[in-house]
Amino acid sequence: MAEVANAVRPPRRSVPRAADEGVAVASQPMTLGQRLRRDWVMLLLALPGFLYFVIFHWVPLAGNVIAFQNYQPYLGFTGSDWVGFENFSVLTEEGFLKALLNTLKFSFLQLVLFFPAPIALALLLHSITSRFLRRFVQSVVYLPHFIGWVILVSLSQRLLGASGVLSSALVSIGLPRIDLMSNPDFFPWLITFQLIWKDAGWGTIIYLAALLSIDPTLYESAAIDGANRWRRLWHVTLPGIMPVTVLLLILQLGSILSVGFEQILLQRDAVGADAGEVLDTYVYFNGVVAGQWGPSTVVGLVKGVVGLALILGANKFAHKLGQEGVYRA
Amino acid sequence: MTTTTTTPPADRATGVRPPWMEKDGPVLLTLKIIVLVLVCAMVLYPFLNIIGTSLATEHEITQRNGLILLFPSEPTFAAYKAIFAGGVVTRAMVISIGVTVIGTLVNVVATTMLAYALSRPIVGGRVILLAVLFTMLFSAGMIPNFLLVTSLGLGNTFAALVVPSMISAFNFLVLRNFFQGIPDELLDAARVDGAGDVSILTKIVLPLAKAPLAVVTLFYAVGHWNSFFGALLYLNSDKWPLALVLRSIVLQGQPVGGNVETVAEAVPSIQAIQSAVVVVALVPILCVYPFLQRYFTQGVLTGAIKG
Repeated sequence: MAEVANAVRPPRRSVPRAADEGVAVASQPMTLGQRLRRDWVMLLLALPGFLYFVIFHWVPLAGNVIAFQNYQPYLGFTGSDWVGFENFSVLTEEGFLKALLNTLKFSFLQLVLFFPAPIALALLLHSITSRFLRRFVQSVVYLPHFIGWVILVSLSQRLLGASGVLSSALVSIGLPRIDLMSNPDFFPWLITFQLIWKDAGWGTIIYLAALLSIDPTLYESAAIDGANRWRRLWHVTLPGIMPVTVLLLILQLGSILSVGFEQILLQRDAVGADAGEVLDTYVYFNGVVAGQWGPSTVVGLVKGVVGLALILGANKFAHKLGQEGVYRA
Repeated sequence: MTTTTTTPPADRATGVRPPWMEKDGPVLLTLKIIVLVLVCAMVLYPFLNIIGTSLATEHEITQRNGLILLFPSEPTFAAYKAIFAGGVVTRAMVISIGVTVIGTLVNVVATTMLAYALSRPIVGGRVILLAVLFTMLFSAGMIPNFLLVTSLGLGNTFAALVVPSMISAFNFLVLRNFFQGIPDELLDAARVDGAGDVSILTKIVLPLAKAPLAVVTLFYAVGHWNSFFGALLYLNSDKWPLALVLRSIVLQGQPVGGNVETVAEAVPSIQAIQSAVVVVALVPILCVYPFLQRYFTQGVLTGAIKG
């Protein structure tokens, strides 16, 4: 019986093909009931995942109403008083502004120093003819991506901390000890270098793929026309990786208000809140730790909305410049 | 997926320089090699250093003023004996392994089911897909998520480390894009032979998807092993995983627990103990890395390019 039922069940295809015309059931549009009967197993498979996204991603969206409440945990969403935009006064407080300024400062530094690093490394790797050497370096530079922030910060403490390798080396040649891990002025550089160490190598994957997809005949004809390696780099290679670069730049702009939460949470106390607080840690310390639920939800909400607006804006801008961007609406 | 990973141009695959490409001059070649060696050294040195320090004696660490170069002259496992005698690290390791294994299993099963269902044009599929993709652009924020998890009664349970991060939209896309690439004819043939959707998934689709499944499993497992914030938010300190214990021992200078002096014949230095804890957290990642490394490119690109 089951075999018969399956044999007459029409195939699922996004685009109907000529061969389907022979199947009587597929040639006429199906009713909703027929499609449900055909797809119920698939819908059942999708159900746990769908419920997960609804409960843990969409319900919390609605939970943002506490931005407009004097939220009390024992009263809940329904029992707490509505206070309108009162919580939004947090956006003019000194602590918030300091966190915002630090976030922008760190983001800018990462945009300037971290963003180009994978491009440079990928161009260098791509220019290596030896396949073995290229593979070896790739294996090495992908590794730090899988090292968690706790381990990474521990390693960095061991190398750059007060009793670390760098400091000890300085002492042994007669210079004073330095502690780069608790120096507020060095902190922006520290977290940027840590990020480069962790993810610059990993970031090359996508650029290397883009470099490989450039049509070799373009290089060949450019070479025949007399273009040397630097001109080929400028006129063939860079235009070839431009779409990927623009895409990643848009994503980077979209996350301009969230810089390495876990990374900074681990190191904020060593340099103090003035130098180390960013928006995410501000939300954590004021909300979860200090119980200022309403105001810290406001900060999180504003951060999310601005991030979304930045992505949409940057995407639109990329389309204006004739680039593909992240998506096409 | 781009054509690049499937059919790389001949010259890149074989490592032969195409005729039109100039040979690197000696200066440029030396410069390239120096940069690459420096890059590799900068990546590898921290690992070698921490392993060296974890094996060094107290005497050597004081003598060299904390400056252990690579290999200690008289290696000792005293630091490792000390941390495992303390009990805190052992317990944290068991917790981390448990959460990683169970969490990854849940992640992979749930992600596979959703990705397979949405890789075929099913009724309502587009709505579900949009509901998933939108979460990549806009997330609700920390506070509403925290209040939700605690109000669901997941506070101080290990489920709080698994359920709220059951499916990552990125890994979902990696698998879905791969499943979409499987030809319809293959699945239709199985359907005509009487296979239902579930047996098509387990008998035909999954055996084809070993590479992307390996990548997704690795991403999830490493994520669980390294994560500490969920545990910090929801769990009491007696349930902390290794990453969080590592933080309290190395970054906050907490003792490893137990009576260190009585266990080891030579008292290991605090630096050796801290380094040993880092190495213990590092070893599982270093062990799985070489085996899964060849799948990275495929996994990352299927997710990123089309996503």
